[in-house]
Amino acid sequence: MQLFTGLSLGMLYVLLALGLSIIFGLLTVVNFAHGAMYMWGAFAGAATIAITGNFWLALVISPLVIGGYGLIIERGLIRPLYGRDINYPLLLTFGLQFIMIEIIRIFWGTSDQPFSAPASLSMPLEIFGVFYFPSYRLFLIGITVVICIVLWIFLEKTNLGLVIRAGTRDPLMVRALGIDMRRIWWLVFGIGSALAGIAGVLAAPIRSVFPEMGIAMLVECFVVVVVGGMGSLKGAILSGIIMGEASSITTLFYPQMADIVIFLVMAVVLLIRPSGLFGKAGLLE
Amino acid sequence: MKETGIGETFGLGNRELRVEKVGWWQRLVELVSRNPLVFIFIFFIIFPFVVPYKALATQIIIWGLFALGYNVCLGYTGMLSFGHAAYFGIGAYTAGIVLIRLWQNIWFSLLCGLLMGGITAFILGYLCIKRRGIYFAMLTLAFAQLLYFVGFQWVDLTGGDNGLRNIPAVPLSIFGLSINIYTPLRFYFFVLVFVASSLLAINRILQSPFGHVLQAVRENDQRAKSCGYETSNVRWMAFVISGAISGLAGGLYALYLHFVGIESLYWTTSGQVVMMTLLGGMGSFIGPFIGAGVFLYIEDTLSVITPNWMIFLGPVFVLCVLFFPAGIWGTIKDLSTRRRK
Repeated sequence: MQLFTGLSLGMLYVLLALGLSIIFGLLTVVNFAHGAMYMWGAFAGAATIAITGNFWLALVISPLVIGGYGLIIERGLIRPLYGRDINYPLLLTFGLQFIMIEIIRIFWGTSDQPFSAPASLSMPLEIFGVFYFPSYRLFLIGITVVICIVLWIFLEKTNLGLVIRAGTRDPLMVRALGIDMRRIWWLVFGIGSALAGIAGVLAAPIRSVFPEMGIAMLVECFVVVVVGGMGSLKGAILSGIIMGEASSITTLFYPQMADIVIFLVMAVVLLIRPSGLFGKAGLLE
Repeated sequence: MKETGIGETFGLGNRELRVEKVGWWQRLVELVSRNPLVFIFIFFIIFPFVVPYKALATQIIIWGLFALGYNVCLGYTGMLSFGHAAYFGIGAYTAGIVLIRLWQNIWFSLLCGLLMGGITAFILGYLCIKRRGIYFAMLTLAFAQLLYFVGFQWVDLTGGDNGLRNIPAVPLSIFGLSINIYTPLRFYFFVLVFVASSLLAINRILQSPFGHVLQAVRENDQRAKSCGYETSNVRWMAFVISGAISGLAGGLYALYLHFVGIESLYWTTSGQVVMMTLLGGMGSFIGPFIGAGVFLYIEDTLSVITPNWMIFLGPVFVLCVLFFPAGIWGTIKDLSTRRRK
């Protein structure tokens, strides 16, 4: 039972860490505003539901809105910083997240927003006739698996995916072959943002929706990404699941440690494998 | 600085010519950047009399001290840490807890704050130094959050969410005299003593061979390594120094407020010091203080008008990253030298 809860939390980590990881892998930009985009995703979902009352519509609109927002941000703010020190985009998105949080505070206030799972997914589901499990969490696990598969097919089987993978390895060479890397970067930033947006909507029914919801999540995702190995999608998925499980199993046995355990796991992994589970040593340090 | 050196070798006539062209403020900038310590001291003595109220001045120099310690890490060694709240917060809690439980002596409590900041940086630094660049930023942030959660849960020691309350206002004992330092002006000068000695100490460290190695590591790690320096140990040491200064700043902050809030360990504190250092200009003595001053002054003015004052500072910071990466002081210095050419 707790394993499933952990898995559903792990899936949120996976979605966010994937977004962070593909943006980093290709653009070498650490998106500090990723948590804020996740939060905006949840609020965009809440707004859609408030207007239309349809969760499914929110699930579609929110990633589109956040993805589009990501495209604007990349073009307007991050592009001027390419070629500068790697820390500048990080600092910029760090400042950006304050602005994003304040905007939400101004329009929605600081209190929690109501957000419930659609009626069709709110009843508990009987599994193996032994225990009950909220069907929404199962849905969350399922949809993340689908997203991962779609992303995998996109990266491995399409031409664009090929260009993206090539760009991760050697952007200079890809450019020499006549491909405009800047448009690829732009697109990938949009995809990463959209993943944050969809994670926000998916998280909303099981976690509370408030302006600072992205901050703790961002830090946890950093942990996930560091443990998995930055830029590695496999690593992001595996370590997301490990961290989700670690966190929820500790909640069961020793709740005070729940927030702390993932950092301890990270410390241990770093001591044994400084570059993370699937990380290549020395990548962009 | 080098250009003026060349000008001077040409003798008096040339120098007068140069002075004619150069405006008074450019000479001032040049003079200040050549003797930063002297000007900082002079400025800080008049400082409390020019700000709206003296508590703000105290707050500015405490945060300036914190940013100065942070700057050893970012500005002089080139390590972008997002977890300095850990050392500031630990310093604050240590000083507070020592005063409440162990010994009501201000010197001892501040010393403990400084040491604990350094020791924490020593331990966490060991783990963080293993990775560099952006990983370093993420690791420092993650470990700072770890300490935040520990502080939050350990209610017996830290007071948890309520913070550490009722830190006694112990008089300062010096040569057998005990002085009440808790008037705004006296406390300002009490803090200034620590700020000044930290400035002197850091200045001494940066001008030592070790300090030059630090800057070599910032400029080119590989090359420093091939010169035979164990660069990871150098960075570790810089991190510890930076943590110790942050711990001292935290201790002073605890004395100033008679209270330590849990948010002193929270990542917003780290974020604030990053913003101050970048706004003011990293890699100088004056920058962090300018940054702290501008940040806190804007906060102080705007928070009266709106609780969402961050909506103004956020864009200022973003614009600063985009257009003025050298910060306020760096930009002033650039302008004054560029005009001359």
